Amino acid sequence: MSRDVVIMGAAETDIGKLPTTSTLELHVEGARRALADANLTKDQVDGIASVSIPGPIQVSHALGITPTYVDGTGVGGASFLFHVRHATAAIKAGYADVVLVTHGESGRSRVGASTHPRGNDSVLAQFELPYGVVGPPTSFTVPARRFLHETDNTLEQLAEVAVAQRRWSSRNPRAMFRDEISVEEVLGAKMIADPFTLLMCCLVTDGGGALVIASREFAEAHGSDKPLVHVLGTGEAATSPLISQMEDMTRCRQFTLSSQAAFKESGTSHADIDHLMIYDAFAHVPLYGLEDMGFVGRGESGAFVADGHTSPGGRLPMNTNGGGMSYTHTGMYGMFAIQESVRQLRGEAAAQVDGVETSLVLGNGGMFMSAATLILTNQR
Amino acid sequence: MTTTPEVSPEARFAPRATPETQPYWDATAAGRLDLPRCRPCDQVFFYPRSSCPRCGSTDLEWVTCSGRGLLHTYVVSHRPAPGFPVPTVIAVVELEEGPRMMTNLVDVEPEALELDMPVEVRFEQRTGVAVPVFTPTKADS
Ligand SMILES: [Zn+2]
Repeated sequence: MSRDVVIMGAAETDIGKLPTTSTLELHVEGARRALADANLTKDQVDGIASVSIPGPIQVSHALGITPTYVDGTGVGGASFLFHVRHATAAIKAGYADVVLVTHGESGRSRVGASTHPRGNDSVLAQFELPYGVVGPPTSFTVPARRFLHETDNTLEQLAEVAVAQRRWSSRNPRAMFRDEISVEEVLGAKMIADPFTLLMCCLVTDGGGALVIASREFAEAHGSDKPLVHVLGTGEAATSPLISQMEDMTRCRQFTLSSQAAFKESGTSHADIDHLMIYDAFAHVPLYGLEDMGFVGRGESGAFVADGHTSPGGRLPMNTNGGGMSYTHTGMYGMFAIQESVRQLRGEAAAQVDGVETSLVLGNGGMFMSAATLILTNQR
Repeated sequence: MTTTPEVSPEARFAPRATPETQPYWDATAAGRLDLPRCRPCDQVFFYPRSSCPRCGSTDLEWVTCSGRGLLHTYVVSHRPAPGFPVPTVIAVVELEEGPRMMTNLVDVEPEALELDMPVEVRFEQRTGVAVPVFTPTKADS
């Protein structure tokens, strides 16, 4: 009765500095490439999912699609994982056959990016922005000192996260930063929000991408010869719109909740995961992710990374494209984390890991605000 | 090269009240830190809302907090923000009454800060509004 759901198409646009490409065009180009990857035409798409800027209606209209399933969930950089989860449910329910999930963001060049004037009476504006908060680098970072204080993790291990990811990006020609770095270089880089230096913070780039989600039956009947990536299990959760209102500054509850849901639905356990993508807007986020999803014990994440277990040759390869700190980060990175997971499962990644059968993607939205988890596999 | 931005509290971002937060901002203007308390739970919570985030009750009253708390966590921001000095200490303080709030630590060298050190509130004037900030508690106060 239930329909097995797959990712049958996945592609990114060019990434980096794209001053002549608008936000909308990044969505559209990503969609065209993903449809070509799936060997479909736009007329076979009946569902569209995208974040609020420029929005699913603009994107589908620009592509010439009249969707009968629309998802505009906009909960930050994890939104695209939410879209995959919702599309999976919609396809199983029979609400759609082929859902296109698009992302495009002129994060660096700001071309065609709607610039909402920041109001001063939202909850965020009243209770956080008055304190000299100038975006994520000065807000997302605030819990980290408490995290280091209450766990056995150290500042050097925080730097090791950036070091480990650069080992991966050094093998990826598309990555923005490819030179390997040392802990000393990370700690000695320009200070942004002490204890975070520039090398512990994500990039700011332009780029986009899209996914084509469909039932396995449809994909086998209509798709390309690319290996299908099965959506085994998904989860989502949200907690606080303000970082100061996290229940516990040293834990991210939605990482726990969304991963538990994904593990339960998929019938897998931690031992089954042989590739991991954890949204790394800043160096502390993968440490929270490893601990809060239960891949390591409390306070053990820093040593796990420092000992090389997430690096090339390690037993849990993590952020194998180089991540948001070294590969690309348009502002909402989740699409790129999914794309790398798909590439690893298809065996076509730049830094391909041998024998990847099951991959877990953890997306973060806002500043520890929302999260979603996808467990994907090439086995069926 | 970066230039040191002008340090001017008036130039800093000024929040504007909404009806449910108006009593909070009225209190700060009068030099008090007032927060809602849920009568059934006996919990004081931040930020002001029309129902208790724990039990959902709308049976709330406003209480005046002591203005004392502990420094829970912080970063020392080196990113220029309008009207702020570089660096600026962006912190989360845990109030004596329980809730946590974002704030700035002022009149202290960042090197002198320690987690869990006692701090106390003061109010900084912006355009038409007084914003609560904190400073380390003097030993004899
Ligand atoms: Zn209550």
